[in-house]
Amino acid sequence: MDKPVLLKVSNLAKSFGPVRALRDAQFELRAGEIHALAGENGAGKSTLMNIIDGILQPDSGEICLDGRPVVIGSPLEAQRMGIGFVHQEIALCPDVSVAENIFMSVTNSSRSLLMNYRALERRADAIIRRLGDIDPATMVRDLSISQQQLVEIAKALTLDCRILIFDEPTAALTEREADRLFVIIRSLAAEGIGIIYISHRMAEIFQNCDRVTVMRDGRYVRTLDVAETTPEEVVASMVGRVLDSLYPDKLTDDERSSEVVLAVENLSEASAFHDVSFELRKGEILGIGGLIGAGRSEIVKGICRLEGQVTGQVSLHGRPLRLKTYADSIAAGIVYLSEDRKGDGLFLDLSVAANVSALAVERVGTRFGLVSERRERGQAEELGRKLALKCGNVSDPVSTLSGGNQQKVAIAKMLSVGPKVIILDEPTRGVDVGAKAEIHRILRELARSGVGILVISSELPELIGLCDRVLVVREGRIAGEVTGDRMTEENIMVLASLADEQERAA
Amino acid sequence: MRTQRVAEAPAGISETAGQGIRIGHLLKMRETGLILIIALLFLVMSFASPYFLTWDNMRAMAMAFAVEGIVVVGMTVLLISGGIDLSVGSVTALAMVIAGLLFLSGVDPWLASAAAIAASAAIGAAMGFFVTKVGLHHFIVSLAVMVIARGFCLLGTGGRPIGLFTLPPEFKFIGQGAVAGIPVVIIIFVVFVAVSDFVLRRTTAFRKVFYTGSNEKAAAYSGIRTKKVVFLTTTLCSALCGVAGVIYMARFGSAQPTFGVGMELNVIAAAVIGGASLKGGSGTILGAILGTILLSVVSSSLALLNVSVYWQDIIRGSILLTAVTADLYFNKRRG
Repeated sequence: MDKPVLLKVSNLAKSFGPVRALRDAQFELRAGEIHALAGENGAGKSTLMNIIDGILQPDSGEICLDGRPVVIGSPLEAQRMGIGFVHQEIALCPDVSVAENIFMSVTNSSRSLLMNYRALERRADAIIRRLGDIDPATMVRDLSISQQQLVEIAKALTLDCRILIFDEPTAALTEREADRLFVIIRSLAAEGIGIIYISHRMAEIFQNCDRVTVMRDGRYVRTLDVAETTPEEVVASMVGRVLDSLYPDKLTDDERSSEVVLAVENLSEASAFHDVSFELRKGEILGIGGLIGAGRSEIVKGICRLEGQVTGQVSLHGRPLRLKTYADSIAAGIVYLSEDRKGDGLFLDLSVAANVSALAVERVGTRFGLVSERRERGQAEELGRKLALKCGNVSDPVSTLSGGNQQKVAIAKMLSVGPKVIILDEPTRGVDVGAKAEIHRILRELARSGVGILVISSELPELIGLCDRVLVVREGRIAGEVTGDRMTEENIMVLASLADEQERAA
Repeated sequence: MRTQRVAEAPAGISETAGQGIRIGHLLKMRETGLILIIALLFLVMSFASPYFLTWDNMRAMAMAFAVEGIVVVGMTVLLISGGIDLSVGSVTALAMVIAGLLFLSGVDPWLASAAAIAASAAIGAAMGFFVTKVGLHHFIVSLAVMVIARGFCLLGTGGRPIGLFTLPPEFKFIGQGAVAGIPVVIIIFVVFVAVSDFVLRRTTAFRKVFYTGSNEKAAAYSGIRTKKVVFLTTTLCSALCGVAGVIYMARFGSAQPTFGVGMELNVIAAAVIGGASLKGGSGTILGAILGTILLSVVSSSLALLNVSVYWQDIIRGSILLTAVTADLYFNKRRG
């Protein structure tokens, strides 16, 4: 290719605490090309893009713009350098018109004292008409999610960009909107703008992009010309991550049992998932894989009635359950460990002991409804010992612990009620390697003792290393199940994303 | 424990951490600081004014904060659950007016008091409904109720205090009597504060208030019915305003429709000085009561020193700002 290189990133590294999000990231973008960035969840795509947009600062490495090394200190600086970013999450002001949202940054840097709404709307109209049929005077809160996504894209188009980053822009769009978007993206590229396109969907990449760079585990894997490769080759490069910790032994054939702990039949929720049926057998660790947003968390939250209007049947040890609230679920023995430890899993300001007993304070209470400090401490210390929790004192606030130890507190909280089934959503996210291996060991021993373990993870090696069987969820349905030798990253990724593409293409 | 056979791992919890941390913890506690400041004030004032350390002055100061202290308890619990109530002054006055009017219409004073407390609780329940079911913010709901309740006070009385000269002596005894030289109001206050401090710190039921205020979502994810908790703390706070209103009536021998204007600020300030957070999840009864005492001692000290009443508000506000700023600073350093 003879087009000039706009952006070149080399040897970029970035860590968050103990987690190394990027180790050796490389990327090259030429003027006028549409360059896809692919990789499974957690491969480091978002971190890399956030660095290019100035949201994050790299620990080391080099970013060159037009061949000159630059430091991008903030999104505003990125904007001045001509880098625009269409985020996956919508960040619009809901109570303000479409036009004002589109020109938010222009208004922000404007020197005029008064707003000229008419001119604003006229200019917004010209931009948004390219994308879809949206009146620029509408309030953003009155738009559908996909329309909001289009406004987000229009916002980026107003900036005088030379590099435009799209982070899975079609996730919330309809087919027709997506097609329209690609027409625009191609015309932008024809104007000489370099486009970075992040996507999981192979069909999109192969229909619209010129090159694709694959990342894995925070590292650069390879860059391929789309014309000279196949979807299978790209998927194969995305997977095959190195096992970064030792996993406990799986169930042997003798240990497998046909006894069903948890049976889920025809579980449905209007907007999130449909006709989900599966069985969790005694002694096994059952994994749930799939792309982020496929409905994994919604399904398990539906099982224990944390969220959604759920229909269908859940049975525990053969007995059908009638659960209405999560409190019923806890009473029945099904507990859920949230993926968002800090947001809704723990009480950061409260003590370790108070966190451990939160699921059922009555268990550490006396006959008179008093909290027995001795029993509460005792419970936290005993479970803490079992989980090898490292903390100075169980009366210290949870916020003083490391991520791995916080997660152990969250697990101790689950164990405090003697559960029959534990559902863990991303149990090792943000946890260092040592604590991760310990958590895996604990889960295996719980499973051996007869507790049903259901694990959601976005990390394929974790699913494969830890689980005896993996269900793959795609678009709110169970797309398939892998077990034994069939349990490979490639098979899971194919079920999670590729089949989807073939259906779409058909 | 009926938990599982997880292999014994080396204990990470240090067994020796006990003593040293406890003392350090005590020093860091808000209550300790407040007690030291109050003690310092006493020391300075006992030199500055010969009248300060007399029995009469102590008694007067205690009487000044004792009844309000009951409302402070309710507010503290509500703040811990993540709520706030601006209507406490109005509801206290309304309870006084309801009980007074019922008594004048021939109802037994004890029964009239019970009805007034029940009415206050109902007001709290209504606010709780608007917050938890309708989804409005505590601040707005209680602001509206503050104005409405005051309106009812004025409507019911025509804006004038109602003299209740025929109140039986055994009823007035609550507000005016003394046992062994100690006013009954103060005895009620001390017993109530001691009991509620214990209940809040130790019962499983009130532990759920802390969980809810600390992180409502995590509480819901622990199976706690957080809306019910907030509904009940809102109701409790108003009910305690009713109790305070009835005691005030017994003390004054009258029902005063304009009583308690601005009380909410004093009460919230006391709770916050005592360590309650407007974000919810933290606070103690002891701290809040010490906050009340501090504000009250400062007021009466300034009065004894002949400082203009106008200065008093300025100084009270400054104390609040200092306390909250200091707390933020120390908390940051700890975190």
